[in-house]
Amino acid sequence: MATAEAAHHDEHHGHPTGILRWITTTNHKDIGTLYLCFSLTMFLVGGLMALVIRAELFQPGLQVVDPHFFNQMTTMHALVMIFGAVMPGFVGFANWMIPMMIGAPDMALPRLNNWSFWILPFAFTMLLASLFTAGGGPASGWTLYAPLSIQGGMSVDMTIFAIHMMGVSSILGAINVIVTIFNMRAPGMALMKLPLFVWTWLITAFLLIAVMPVLAGAVTMLLTDRHFDTAFFNPAGGGDPVMFQHIFWFFGHPEVYILILPAFGIISEIIPTFSRKPLFGYTTMVLATAGIAFLSFIVWAHHMFTVGMPLAGELFFMYSTMLIAVPTGVKVFNWVSTMWRGSLTFETPMLFALAVVFLFTIGGFSGLMLAITPADFQYHDTYFVVAHFHYVLFSGSVMAMMGGAYYWLPKWTGHMYDERLGKIHFWTNTIFFNITFFPQHFLGLAGMPRRIPDYALQFTEFNVISSMGAFGLGLSQLIFVYVVIKCVRGGKKASDKVWDQPRGLEWTVPSPAPHHTFDTPPKIA
Amino acid sequence: MSAATEHSSANRRLVVRLVVAVFAMFGFGFALVPLYDVFCDITGLNGKTGVADSSTIEATSVDKDRWITVEFTGNVATGLPWEIRPKVAKMEVQPGALARTTYIAHNTSNRTVVGRAIPSVTPGEAAAHFKKTECFCFSEQYLEPGETREMTVQFVVEPDIAPNLTTITLSYAFFNTEKFVTQKSVDAKNDGAKPGEARPDKKS
Ligand code: HEM
Ligand SMILES: [Cu+2]
Repeated sequence: MATAEAAHHDEHHGHPTGILRWITTTNHKDIGTLYLCFSLTMFLVGGLMALVIRAELFQPGLQVVDPHFFNQMTTMHALVMIFGAVMPGFVGFANWMIPMMIGAPDMALPRLNNWSFWILPFAFTMLLASLFTAGGGPASGWTLYAPLSIQGGMSVDMTIFAIHMMGVSSILGAINVIVTIFNMRAPGMALMKLPLFVWTWLITAFLLIAVMPVLAGAVTMLLTDRHFDTAFFNPAGGGDPVMFQHIFWFFGHPEVYILILPAFGIISEIIPTFSRKPLFGYTTMVLATAGIAFLSFIVWAHHMFTVGMPLAGELFFMYSTMLIAVPTGVKVFNWVSTMWRGSLTFETPMLFALAVVFLFTIGGFSGLMLAITPADFQYHDTYFVVAHFHYVLFSGSVMAMMGGAYYWLPKWTGHMYDERLGKIHFWTNTIFFNITFFPQHFLGLAGMPRRIPDYALQFTEFNVISSMGAFGLGLSQLIFVYVVIKCVRGGKKASDKVWDQPRGLEWTVPSPAPHHTFDTPPKIA
Repeated sequence: MSAATEHSSANRRLVVRLVVAVFAMFGFGFALVPLYDVFCDITGLNGKTGVADSSTIEATSVDKDRWITVEFTGNVATGLPWEIRPKVAKMEVQPGALARTTYIAHNTSNRTVVGRAIPSVTPGEAAAHFKKTECFCFSEQYLEPGETREMTVQFVVEPDIAPNLTTITLSYAFFNTEKFVTQKSVDAKNDGAKPGEARPDKKS
């Protein structure tokens, strides 16, 4: 990408070149690229950890790693994927696309933008380095439940600091997104004309501002419990471990919507383009997104049905959780209606979008099953939960990002990606994904607990299938990496419009998008 | 970047507001601790048990037609070199009637150790109706090297407890509280158990 854009450098800037260019850049497109490359790297690192987990679970008994290291892998895999791959990935999309979609020359706070990115490599160096401390990395699960996390070694402190840094990074990113969307829109770009990707990101940014500080508070309390004799969560001093769960999930549930709303946005851009129809129900889409964001604040205890809540609490959280399915259903309905009687074509981005709609819906249904309190007593902390969140997170968030990458790569690089390889990636990815995670539903229903390195013999067959799928899924991502590199290096020249009938300002600028776009605001029809 | 400078004062205002919101939410995270606590104390959720003083108990009538099984259990957290067990595993009580039992604690180490028991009652609904009039968990316990001690808990199950509840479990988790013990609680120990305290106070 560096070479593609170097040609478009404006002389009057005299940017540094080489590595310094990337360190000092304040350009939204450069920073977007940095975020996306970081995200892809973390995706591969987290993926390797997942393969350690699946290798151990290939057979019953302990073969590959010891249980303590296994626990470190489940913890790290989740932290790396959530905070390293998915969140920065979406910020990368936001950086690249939001200014172009609203007709702005850049993000509102370009220097801050540089900072929010460059905090991340430090945060993750710290997090990953904790694996090499005495006693190994954090092993309490990504949820860092007290009192277990109060007892861990210094790796827990490093994790806490890493979370602080990631938190600062995402909060700065969110502030930037909000200010950009509020203040930098081209004249005539009314709020209700914003592309849906911009809308979903705006709402996500507000969620980030509301809950990332709460997470920061929770881990700060952990830190003081660990070292300064406070007793927020430590029962010995009168604290309450269940309190940690409440505070954590007050962050945690909105967080899962932070991870999915921008994905909804990407899907809502892709499906209209390849259906050659405008998005069905734009207003209801915006309202549904806002509704989901609001509801996400009053459902947190569905992660805690088994801690011993009274009946009234269980009922409240059960019904409020089920309510979320309504706005989510509205979205799925709108996507399907967008395709209804459209002239569909099935390029790689569209294939990913369709798979997301279909597979995310499966994840939504398993979520509904988990929301039923009495049923959750059986499913809680089993592989059923693991299957649920991989259907929403992998075949929701991650595959939406892959679809988005194929969709906008021609605009970013000026070259068409290799459609044949893209399709091969799609099919291998999607088939192996289902082979990996579908059997986990059965394992969970049969009672296999999550986060345990060994299992009873009757679970063997499904685990073997799941592990084989996981290695296929991992390998298929190498195709993606290859397609991206190949597309950056060269390929068929992309037209400005790239697709047959795309909507949105990003398709009015040349491909590749020049270093500076919309220095003079575009006219909005 | 000319467009950005045009917007700079509007940007600054918005940034300031958002930063204030961030700090407010950071504070809110901490505020959740007392908020949840107040909520749990009022509602008796979370297995937090109540305290009653014996004078009010005398007055309540005993429900002679009902028997409730109370089970006793306990565990010791890492860092506390004690062995503990309830003297009896369970007993039958009538709602409204005072009952008492003991736990036996043994210090396995060769130094004096301060520990404290944190009670919890399940099912959660029963917690609000399970009142302790006297309990070793009201204060820190100091065990001399190798000492074995019988510690008393006296309680009453209130008669208005829901009829479907027939079994209640009282569980204690014992913690080493050396690092939380201050002069104040040492004094309290010398005065005997402090009544009127449902669970240990953070500040004491
Ligand atoms: C219709 C929508 C959804 C419903 C009703 C729902 C419901 C639930 C419930 C009840 C649990 C707790 C299960 C348990 O631990 O026993 C859960 C766990 C989880 N959900 Fe969802 N969910 C929904 C959508 C999502 C989405 C969109 C995401 C993320 C993109 C997500 C991510 C997760 C994660 C990561 C966990 C597991 C957290 C952990 O314990 O580590 N869910 N969900
Ligand atoms: Cu949730």
